[in-house]
Amino acid sequence: MREFAYARARSVDAAVALVADNPEARYLGGGTNLVDLMELGVERPELLVDVTGLPLDDVTEDGAALRVGALVRNSDLAAHPLVRERYPVLSQALLAGASGQLRNAATTGGNLVQRTRCVYFTDATKPCNKRMPGSGCPAIEGEHHNLAILGASDHCVATHPSDLAVALAALDARVDLQDLAGPHEIPLVDFYRPVGDRPDLELTVQDGALVTGVALPPLPAGARSAYRKVRERASYAFAIASVAAVLVVEDGLVSDVRIGLGAVASHPWRARVAERALLGGPATEAAFEAAAEAELDSATPLRDNAYKVPLVRDLVVAVLAGLAGER
Amino acid sequence: MTRFWQAAPSVGHPLTRIEGLDKVTGRARYAGDVAVPGLAYGAVVPATIPRGRVLNLDVEATLAMPGVLAVVHRDNAPRLTDIGEGTLFLFQGDRVAHWGAPVALVVADTPERAREAAERMRVDYFPEPPDTVFRADHPGLYEPEYVNPRNPTVTGKGDVDAALAGAAVVVDAEYRTPAQHNNAMEPHSATAVRSDGRITLHTSTQYAYGVVPTLSKLFGFAPGTLRVLSEHVGGGFGNKGMPPRPDTVLAVMAATLVGRPVRVTLTRPQLWPLTGYRTPTAQRIRLGADQDGRLVALEHRAALQTSRLHEFTEQAAVYSRPMYGAENMRTSHRVVALDVPTPRWMRAPGEAPGSFALESAMDELAEACGVDPVELRLRNEPAVDPTTGQAFSSRRLADCLRVGASRFGWAGRDPRPAVRRDGRWWRGTGVAGAHYPARAAPTTAHATALPDGSFVVRVAASDIGTGARTVLTQLAADALEVPVDQVRVLIGDSGFGPAMGAGGSMGTASWSWPVVTACRELAGRLAAGEPLPPDGLTSTFDSTAAIGARADYARYAFGAHFAEVAVDVTTGEVRVPRLTGVYAVGRVVNPLTARSQSIGGMTMGLSTALLEESSMDGRFGDWVNHNLADYHVATNADVGEIDVTYVDDPDDELNPSGVKGLGEIGIVGVAAAIANAAWHATGVRQRELPITPARAAR
Repeated sequence: MREFAYARARSVDAAVALVADNPEARYLGGGTNLVDLMELGVERPELLVDVTGLPLDDVTEDGAALRVGALVRNSDLAAHPLVRERYPVLSQALLAGASGQLRNAATTGGNLVQRTRCVYFTDATKPCNKRMPGSGCPAIEGEHHNLAILGASDHCVATHPSDLAVALAALDARVDLQDLAGPHEIPLVDFYRPVGDRPDLELTVQDGALVTGVALPPLPAGARSAYRKVRERASYAFAIASVAAVLVVEDGLVSDVRIGLGAVASHPWRARVAERALLGGPATEAAFEAAAEAELDSATPLRDNAYKVPLVRDLVVAVLAGLAGER
Repeated sequence: MTRFWQAAPSVGHPLTRIEGLDKVTGRARYAGDVAVPGLAYGAVVPATIPRGRVLNLDVEATLAMPGVLAVVHRDNAPRLTDIGEGTLFLFQGDRVAHWGAPVALVVADTPERAREAAERMRVDYFPEPPDTVFRADHPGLYEPEYVNPRNPTVTGKGDVDAALAGAAVVVDAEYRTPAQHNNAMEPHSATAVRSDGRITLHTSTQYAYGVVPTLSKLFGFAPGTLRVLSEHVGGGFGNKGMPPRPDTVLAVMAATLVGRPVRVTLTRPQLWPLTGYRTPTAQRIRLGADQDGRLVALEHRAALQTSRLHEFTEQAAVYSRPMYGAENMRTSHRVVALDVPTPRWMRAPGEAPGSFALESAMDELAEACGVDPVELRLRNEPAVDPTTGQAFSSRRLADCLRVGASRFGWAGRDPRPAVRRDGRWWRGTGVAGAHYPARAAPTTAHATALPDGSFVVRVAASDIGTGARTVLTQLAADALEVPVDQVRVLIGDSGFGPAMGAGGSMGTASWSWPVVTACRELAGRLAAGEPLPPDGLTSTFDSTAAIGARADYARYAFGAHFAEVAVDVTTGEVRVPRLTGVYAVGRVVNPLTARSQSIGGMTMGLSTALLEESSMDGRFGDWVNHNLADYHVATNADVGEIDVTYVDDPDDELNPSGVKGLGEIGIVGVAAAIANAAWHATGVRQRELPITPARAAR
């Protein structure tokens, strides 16, 4: 591990000023991903700016929306009464992630910017276009059984590991940011860049921008939501597929639907094709299956991850059918 | 406190671990925790090619990095004697035998600086094309002279092919198990301290005494030079056995070179190529039977891998030799040497993967014959060892199967697969038999009576988390006919003399032999009125001759495993809500630590059934999931209800304690019981481990 300096930020402005101009600086939140990557030699910052003392750790009502500070710990967010009442999908997604100890430490903001678990990215002795641009992607021919089937490129097939972000994508969440130009916000789904030929560039925002919070708009009346995660062991594992869904059914017809898919792409995947196929149509298993298949028409599975295509299809059907059937 | 349990005799009582409080309060010192003044830290520079030569090491740039004291490498390392153990013949040339092999050791004043300098060190290689991927049809497969530890490669009787040709029912199937890594929580760590021409080595080993002769031969040390201390060991699962692992050699080398104590602790990814693993296996089973399921032929062929540094052939087909009776039998092994790290012992080597193959095939035979899988096994109970013709010292497999069936609720089971739908789950049940050899190895122990009325027993045993220290205390106390709180058992010190390690489920059988014998002799001397000198009265016993004089028997522990499995109809997620294990393991010394051993073993079996798989990227010759985030071992949430029982198994042909050893039998057959239950749930045969969601339902 490279020797590094450590500073505690006294304000959001001060934190941004320390990090924004310094490509060797990183914000330190819960440290559950960054510190691991430092021990592995994947991240080698010269300066860590600890933001955990900043006043960004509240969940507050903002009109009909809910504002979640970037430093709200995963376990606190999952347990928050308003989250449990209004956004069960979010609480379920958080509780499906990591372990109790990690959820106590991990922050909302940090969760969104965590890095892929692709084994070549986390091993500094291997090539990886995301870690070392231009070095190649050994995963495409190598170990990729849990890598992307949607939106990947010839340069990278990594997946985003978050559960939380999949739920946020389905909830139309917006990300609050601050950079040197000041505060602004963007939709979560626009926060992540498509992979393309620069998998090392993961976010659309400026380097050194600090995530200060997440805004959750209200769900439409009658909306039900759920998260379901499939993993190889019963707990403490990243998803091999996950679905976050929000569904409103009126008179047997789908009047609103939002579907987020996890562990299938370099970022939480909003299944717009499936949503369009379902909107206004019948809320039946046949319709759910047809919609899921339409979404997965663009899937480009690799040698060892083709199992994910039927898995995701069946999981979408099961989750939507569960929501449609609830009373 | 139960620690000071006054019951006499103590054997049979659930004494809690003697060192338990030290461990949970952090007082227990593991190899990497021992405080040593002036300590320096070594970090391994691992090869990043699978095959070739080291052309150049940039030693000067590394020496210039902060805190670096020395770099140990091929040009300055002590010359070693070639003892036929390539994994320890470090820095003696420029060949790279596998990815991750040490090419240098950086020594610095802090572990962080050592590691940083090691990771920054530039090494130039001349790479050669590697051969790293195991295949069942690899052209390099050959029959080795013997298989681990010294078993015959091939056994046979009768004419298997002819019997199969005439059999009413035939099962012919191939089973596959992946490479797996031991992954003890405590990493390998060695601290070498030189003083007055002697070396004390603190290391985490299952075999404290065994380290001494190996390293002494390697370095050319005179007898008495090296002492190994290993008071607490944070898990081993086979990969802290013999031979010692490279961290020990590196620590001794570095301490010699820098003239101060040096600690070498391997990182988690470094454990993978440097400390051993289980070979992948491809096993073919052919069973022939009459219409009632009585075997007429049994063939078990195993293909395995080893490295180019050392031939280690896991004895996978050995499982089939004593298990079920058939007139015509053949077992055989072939191994291929690849440009990969050296496989070693891991959690019931041989029996674990071998039982997956045979006990799965028996389930397929039960299906083919329409015979209940428990009944099928009972019908194939042999009177004597079907391979050697030896009598069994005791064989209680049938008892285990019957008791297990009763406890599990097997009676009335509908044999049809894929007919039990319960909400989102398919449900099924499965069974497998199990056995594990009951052996003992020569060991010396000393029992000393002290003037204050207490006793000290010394034996170079290892407690790798099993409760060995506790059960030896109970056995010694009973032999001395005193309460356990008057006996202190000291272990983990090579200075106590030759002793078997904690391996092959032989620890208690081996160590207790001289412990009990020496204690009985000492008690006799005291009873006879022998005077007690101020420094105590000591009896010593070496079990070598007694073990050699034992009668000729086939000695095995037996067991049976029953599993209930649920498979998610949508996702293929496999859950195991219930496991039952029944064992005949001779005398159970301590029901509490025995139960912990058994549920630990069954959990390891569950873990290999559903989760564990080391993923080799052949281009690098490296297992790329070399960490505990990507290599999954079972968590608490994966483990459901576990029921453990022992049947009476009196056996006078074992050792003075009547113990068979139960460390590993809990693993044997569990994967097959789960795979058989998964088939019963879904109708899909699982002939390859692990049974992942991708494999379970499709």
